[in-house]
Amino acid sequence: MASGADKGSFGWLRVLSPLLLLVLWELAARLLDSRMLPPATAVFRALGEEIAAGPLPSDLAITLGRVAAAFTLSMLLGSALGLAMGRSRAVDHFFESWLTVLLNVPALVLIVLLYIWFGLTEVAAVAAVALNKLPATAVTIREGRRAVDPELLEMAESFRMTRWRALRHIVLPQLTPYVFAAARNGLSLIWKIVLVVELLGRSSGVGFRIQVYFQLFDVTRLLAYTLAFILVMQGFEWSVMQPLERHANRWRL
Amino acid sequence: MERHAAAGAPCQPVAPVILSVEVRRKCFAQRSVLGPLDFTLGTGEILAIVGPSGCGKTTLLRIVGGLDRAYDGDLVWGEPGPPRIGTVFQTPRLLPWRTVRQNLELARPSGSDPAVGDALLRTLGLWPDRDAYAAKLSVGMARRLAIARAFAIDPDLVLLDEPFVSLDEAMAAQARQVLLDAWRRRPISALLVTHDLEEAASLADRILLLSSSPARVIHTLTIPPDLRRAGGTAAAELAESLRRLPGDAHFFGGT
Repeated sequence: MASGADKGSFGWLRVLSPLLLLVLWELAARLLDSRMLPPATAVFRALGEEIAAGPLPSDLAITLGRVAAAFTLSMLLGSALGLAMGRSRAVDHFFESWLTVLLNVPALVLIVLLYIWFGLTEVAAVAAVALNKLPATAVTIREGRRAVDPELLEMAESFRMTRWRALRHIVLPQLTPYVFAAARNGLSLIWKIVLVVELLGRSSGVGFRIQVYFQLFDVTRLLAYTLAFILVMQGFEWSVMQPLERHANRWRL
Repeated sequence: MERHAAAGAPCQPVAPVILSVEVRRKCFAQRSVLGPLDFTLGTGEILAIVGPSGCGKTTLLRIVGGLDRAYDGDLVWGEPGPPRIGTVFQTPRLLPWRTVRQNLELARPSGSDPAVGDALLRTLGLWPDRDAYAAKLSVGMARRLAIARAFAIDPDLVLLDEPFVSLDEAMAAQARQVLLDAWRRRPISALLVTHDLEEAASLADRILLLSSSPARVIHTLTIPPDLRRAGGTAAAELAESLRRLPGDAHFFGGT
């Protein structure tokens, strides 16, 4: 296939380009020689130190836990809502305005409100993040549900398939691209909001640590934490998302 | 409007009626597409419905299959109530992301004996590909799988919407044989929508000729018992006699 050939001949670009970025960063930092932009090597050294002796692993684990909880919650509730809205006009009309409100409330406002109402608690933090992500998931899954082939649903009806069986074998396989789109957008959005939530109201996690280093003006460690997070998320993409996607699409090969 | 067949055979089936259909009117966006028409289907009877394309045959099958409830008319099921219906749609309507075998099993209630489905796959020449994804099947194989699926649920009634088109002649003959074998094992009633008069004449007990849209029954032919499923020449002659019908039936004329 064309895309396969493409991958084969240009795959090295995917390795070269981040390396080039690192080199550019290193050169620029050395030229500027400023506290504001430490060189890549210094950041990597700091990353190593923080992992070996510092609080980075535990902070990262705590933040990832919050990301996972908020992600799961928003995907489950958002998908359920999106499915219901995609199936039925009435449900769609009913929840449309709710979604509009949620979509347009700034993330920060939701976070602050939930902290005010429920205190600076773990539940409030996770709920604030999940609520920020939920409407986008619902909208994506709704589009997916609307695109489900009605002829196959009719087939299911004529063969008296149970609802669960039709959902699992007819609807979900057709939702796959939408679920992956929602999950990818969700993860990138959620981890950013989690940091804000931590910065505002938690005394642990990457967001909290970034606030500490912000007050100390320690750009090296700020970047080290950021880098750690980027690496973890990319690792997740490679080790979980892509294999899952390949598995879901195995029938197309 | 209804004319008796040349042979003068009775129009009503002798077997108990599994279904009486009366469609007074069926509209799409104010436009009448079907009816008024009525007919009955006997238990174990194969009734062919033949009509010009676009006359509403598929709509009629959808009404019988319970997929279209927005019509003016009545479906009355005989004893013991609504039967188990297997449908072969005009397009195969398979799940491309499931294997051949899964496609068959998913149509059946869970806990069904897999031997029934496997036997059908063997008969229809799908056994070597049982673990292939349906996405990978050729058009002809997909169609055979759709036929197997309708019979795999052990139906009392099968609704067949042009089930043998796009199969080559050998495969079509084999698929017709599956229909007849299943029918001989157990009295399955069948509504067979087709545009092929020879096919209708070679499979059916009775043939309904429909007019162009909005479809009405313009002729009913009960095939004399000794000519039913008698094969080649008899079917060709029956089809020929229908083509010679005067009036509205002229659109079946061809060869």
